[in-house]
Amino acid sequence: MSTLEIRNLHAAVETDAGPEPILRGVDLTVVGGQTHAVMGPNGSGKSTLAYVIAGHPKYKVTAGSITLDGVDVLEMTIDERARAGLFLAMQYPVEIPGVSVSNFLRTSVGAIRGEAPKLRLWLKEMKDAMAALSIDPTFAERNVNEGFSGGEKKRHEILQLELLKPKIAVLDETDSGLDVDALRVVSEGVNRFRESGDTGTLLITHYTRILRYITPDFVHVFVDGRIVESGGPELATQLEDEGYERFIALAQKEGATP
Amino acid sequence: MSPVMVPATDHAPVVRSFSPGDFEVPHGREEEWRFTPLTRLQGLHESPEALAEPEITVAGIDASAVQRLVLDAGLRARVSTPVDRIAAHSWQLADHATVISIPAETTLDDLIAVQVHTPAGTSFGHLVVEVGAFATVTVLITFTGAGAFAGSVDINAGDHSHVTAGSVFESDRQAVTAARIHVRLGRDANVRSSVITLGGDLTRIHATVEYTAPGGDAELLGLFFADAGQHHEHRVFVDHSQPHCRSSVTYKGALDGAGTHTVWIGDVLVRAGAVGIDTYEVNRNLVLSDGARADSVPNLELETGEVVGAGHASATGRFDDEQLFYLRSRGIPEEIARMLVVRGFFADILRRTNIPDLPTRIMSIIDDRLGVTDLVDEVISA
Repeated sequence: MSTLEIRNLHAAVETDAGPEPILRGVDLTVVGGQTHAVMGPNGSGKSTLAYVIAGHPKYKVTAGSITLDGVDVLEMTIDERARAGLFLAMQYPVEIPGVSVSNFLRTSVGAIRGEAPKLRLWLKEMKDAMAALSIDPTFAERNVNEGFSGGEKKRHEILQLELLKPKIAVLDETDSGLDVDALRVVSEGVNRFRESGDTGTLLITHYTRILRYITPDFVHVFVDGRIVESGGPELATQLEDEGYERFIALAQKEGATP
Repeated sequence: MSPVMVPATDHAPVVRSFSPGDFEVPHGREEEWRFTPLTRLQGLHESPEALAEPEITVAGIDASAVQRLVLDAGLRARVSTPVDRIAAHSWQLADHATVISIPAETTLDDLIAVQVHTPAGTSFGHLVVEVGAFATVTVLITFTGAGAFAGSVDINAGDHSHVTAGSVFESDRQAVTAARIHVRLGRDANVRSSVITLGGDLTRIHATVEYTAPGGDAELLGLFFADAGQHHEHRVFVDHSQPHCRSSVTYKGALDGAGTHTVWIGDVLVRAGAVGIDTYEVNRNLVLSDGARADSVPNLELETGEVVGAGHASATGRFDDEQLFYLRSRGIPEEIARMLVVRGFFADILRRTNIPDLPTRIMSIIDDRLGVTDLVDEVISA
């Protein structure tokens, strides 16, 4: 069982006007078998948290730590983090012209597992995983994310999640831009991943809608670069009824206190 | 001998001559030299001397088919007349050519493999591939070596012949190469000529196409990979002077490293009488890192409106940080990520060369240059 531990994490983005702080002291522990939902308004920094965990070079960690089973994640390169068992399903997956989905997936799976999968077994594994997400088999020969619709991109992210089998998965607004049918298919994929073992899931979302399909164990409200309140699934219901206003006000009040 | 003056068009060369004196020493402001770093030409454009001779070996065909011919009136008629000072010097300083002749109506199953090795120093050399009518042949010419080399390849495709040719420039890092590859098509001839540049400090290839009768079909393919400050320059000139011919030009280049510079100039001229032609040219470049520069200039000059098709395209894309982040976030190390992208970029053009084993060999050279080691090779999909 794996543990992702985030302690007092501060991070900034480099701008023309100097570094701009975005994360202001995040504390969060995700243990294998648990699902955490991080919810927050636009611009609260929740996507930055996802990128910092994955190691995007745009963000500089200025204080705090991230460890995976006690090992310093911040010391790892981007690809080392993935091979250590972290996965980020991106909100805006990138197009890679010239690289086919099948070649990309096999290379990625080979890198994560430490050896290239045997071709025949691999083809079946990929086909089955694609079928489970209602992805057309012809996608295997298309270039990664090139010309994919929003829904297709998200299914492709969850396809990778299911094939790479990370220890801890971070899903960054996987639900945004999906219609109800696509949301159901994607959520089923996430649930299969959750049931596949002692895997941890960190679900970052703006809306409560996805939580009807994926039930979290913990809900965290993320405002102004940190978690301002944590609770059980009932906190999501409260958010749905009341919105973020109360928490924004709370964060502002706390921020004003010296 | 006085130079031949031809009617001026925007893109056809103005002077054609075997005498170097008919060409000014280029200074770098001329349209055809403005992209070339003249100081790195090792004097080839000025008044060079031949200090060495290239070793030319031919395999895959009977020795009787290979001759060394002196540049007399007969040979002059069979090779392309120089259109720049370097080419004129190359004939003055090496007044002979290795001529490979394929008789009419023969089909050669074996690949003809020509090796042109240029030793250190300055050297000049010429190769002519003479393909008889209705013959079918595949020839691969590989240029290696360390020196400064100027020379030419003339591919004369007889009526209704089928020629698949590849010219691969993989000289040492310090080498300088200025070469012309000229394709001359007879009636209904079909030529696929691929030019691949990998090596050298400066490599400048002038690929030209001439039709002597209607019905010719020329497919020019180009691949260049330049890194660590190399200069690779490809200049294409397709001269549509005959009706009902076709030309297709596809060049793809990848660049890596600061100071690396690639140039692609694609000139296609459709003369007034060349009705019913179909031409398309495209250049795509992939810039893999900051500080590398790709120039790409397609020129299409139409003197007749009666064409089946005429078009051009050019695009330069970047392998950007977000693409790299995406691939690395899936566990793929940076070198492999670059390799995947470069392999994907070049895959179609290598396949289209139609030369056996060439795609694998070229990709493995590029993989090495991208820093892909045997160790990580095990993770790569076959």
